[in-house]
Amino acid sequence: MTVDNATSVERISRGQLIRRRFFRNKSAVFGIYVIAFMFLFAFGGPYIAQWSYSENDFSSLLQGPSLSHWFGTTQVGVDVFAQTTRGLQKSLIIGLLVAVFSTGLSAIVGSVAGYLGGRTDKASMWFVDLMLVLPSFLVLVILSRFYQGKSWLLLVIGLTIFDWMITARVVRGLAMSLRERDFVRAAKYMGVPTRKIIVRHLLPNMASVLIIAATLNVGGAILAETGLSYLGFGVSAPDVSLGTLIAEGTSAALTYPWLFLFAGSILIFTVLAVSFIGDGLRDAFDPGSLRVKKSVK
Amino acid sequence: MLGYVVKRFLNFIFMVIIASSVGYFLASSALSPRGNYEAANPPIPKESIDAVLNRANVNDEVPFTTRYVKWASNVIQGDFGEDLEQNRVNEEFSRRVWVSLRLLLLGSLLGATVGVIIGVTSAVRQYDLFDRSSSLFAYIILSTPVFLLAVLLKFVGIKFNDSVGSTFFFTQGEYTPGFTGSSLAAFGDRLQHLILPTLSIALGSISFYSRYQRNTMLDVLSSDHLRTARAKGLTKRQALFKHGLRVAISPMATFFAYGFGLLIAGAAFTETIYGWYGMGQWFISSVGKNDINSVSAVVTFTAVLVLFSGFLADIILAILDPRVRSRA
Repeated sequence: MTVDNATSVERISRGQLIRRRFFRNKSAVFGIYVIAFMFLFAFGGPYIAQWSYSENDFSSLLQGPSLSHWFGTTQVGVDVFAQTTRGLQKSLIIGLLVAVFSTGLSAIVGSVAGYLGGRTDKASMWFVDLMLVLPSFLVLVILSRFYQGKSWLLLVIGLTIFDWMITARVVRGLAMSLRERDFVRAAKYMGVPTRKIIVRHLLPNMASVLIIAATLNVGGAILAETGLSYLGFGVSAPDVSLGTLIAEGTSAALTYPWLFLFAGSILIFTVLAVSFIGDGLRDAFDPGSLRVKKSVK
Repeated sequence: MLGYVVKRFLNFIFMVIIASSVGYFLASSALSPRGNYEAANPPIPKESIDAVLNRANVNDEVPFTTRYVKWASNVIQGDFGEDLEQNRVNEEFSRRVWVSLRLLLLGSLLGATVGVIIGVTSAVRQYDLFDRSSSLFAYIILSTPVFLLAVLLKFVGIKFNDSVGSTFFFTQGEYTPGFTGSSLAAFGDRLQHLILPTLSIALGSISFYSRYQRNTMLDVLSSDHLRTARAKGLTKRQALFKHGLRVAISPMATFFAYGFGLLIAGAAFTETIYGWYGMGQWFISSVGKNDINSVSAVVTFTAVLVLFSGFLADIILAILDPRVRSRA
């Protein structure tokens, strides 16, 4: 082997490799574009709209999409376009916050349980099982009394508390296998405290799983939030989310479909894009995973 | 095997007790039936309010433990108490439970069987047209919240009725009130009411199961033991049915159990949207009425359903997979 030969081989880092794999995945790239567009629409839309969500255009009540009202108007003449951007803003923010918080919570609980093992592990997994028995939706509806009419941040906390269990189980499994690895053992016998081992050695080694989980949780959180809001147990006035918009629109869905169809399709596209990105990340981080395995012929 | 079953069953009973107690505690602390009467105009005397609340055992001035002990000792005897209008919760329960169970059982059975079949087929024919289109379909359905799916199906159903000029899909209630006709015609009438709500529930689980089944099946298809089976001289079909399916289906049992919890939440939307008076709709309206006893009854029902399907899943898993049995 000559020196020339060695230089002609392109060297790429793991990060570059993952990026390259990710951007080769068409549906993942599609997802990125859709999400970028949704953010642009939600936060830039209000600047190009001719109407604000608090204005009533009494000259056009319940009119279909037109040049001045792109998505039509409601019963009281509010511009549906302005409403939709505002609802999407709230749904996106809630989805992102819940995903980040709940993944963080599951990382902590899962890694502590998996690393310490023994009683801590048993107790926390029993607790996880218990939380999984009662559907989080029912519990959140009951608890809605505590957060309704107050800040939507309380709703974020509520959704977070009931959205970490399954990821925590996955993280626990990873922590249990990492615990037996030499570098973790070495750190332990050198007297590195547990907290530092978890933060320095366990979590960075699960980064890929945590990133994927966080991405997929965004979709789950948006679905949960809009569902609660649809029934009136989630985001409440004066705030609006895609769920409350769809709820208001469905009463007159047949005759005035624009009241819910725009919000509905934006909701579907957003969640779809998020899951495309999540799956794309999984394939990029771990090409050996079963999703891309070729079957035996 | 028997020891294993008994052990799982004891665990089931224990978890039901804990879960229903937690449900009762949450309902009692979050809902305030007193508020229903305090805002009344003209004001109701405190004694009358207390009398009503005491009768239903939901007076917040009585210590929680006292109320809980009374509630729990009644529930053990199968009595969920009264709501605030002095109706027996049990009566309402028995009226509604079959409405929901019919929807849930049909939805989950349809979801699991069709989902597993689609999943297996698309794994065996990975990357062909069927696989691609079913995957895309599943992705879209899984990104659609149940309430939106139910509303859209209702929308499509009504448009379809309009275009054919007669009512084929009914979108409100379980049956046509005052329907007269033979029992066969009545059954057909119920069926027409059932189609859209069942679809709104089943489509989600079909997509869910087909995705997971596809993944586990792909895993099995590339496994060593299947290659060994082929090497032994079995045809692909024989190897698949004898050695592949059994392994690929067993993880689904667990999903089937936890999927039930999701379905119950989905039923709350479907029942509300299609005007069915089932458990989910009861739950939503009881929370609105601050009716602690009814809410606790639905929570207990849910816990029993979820845990029982989990218990069944454990048993099925033990039958399919001998390793589970020996571990226990």
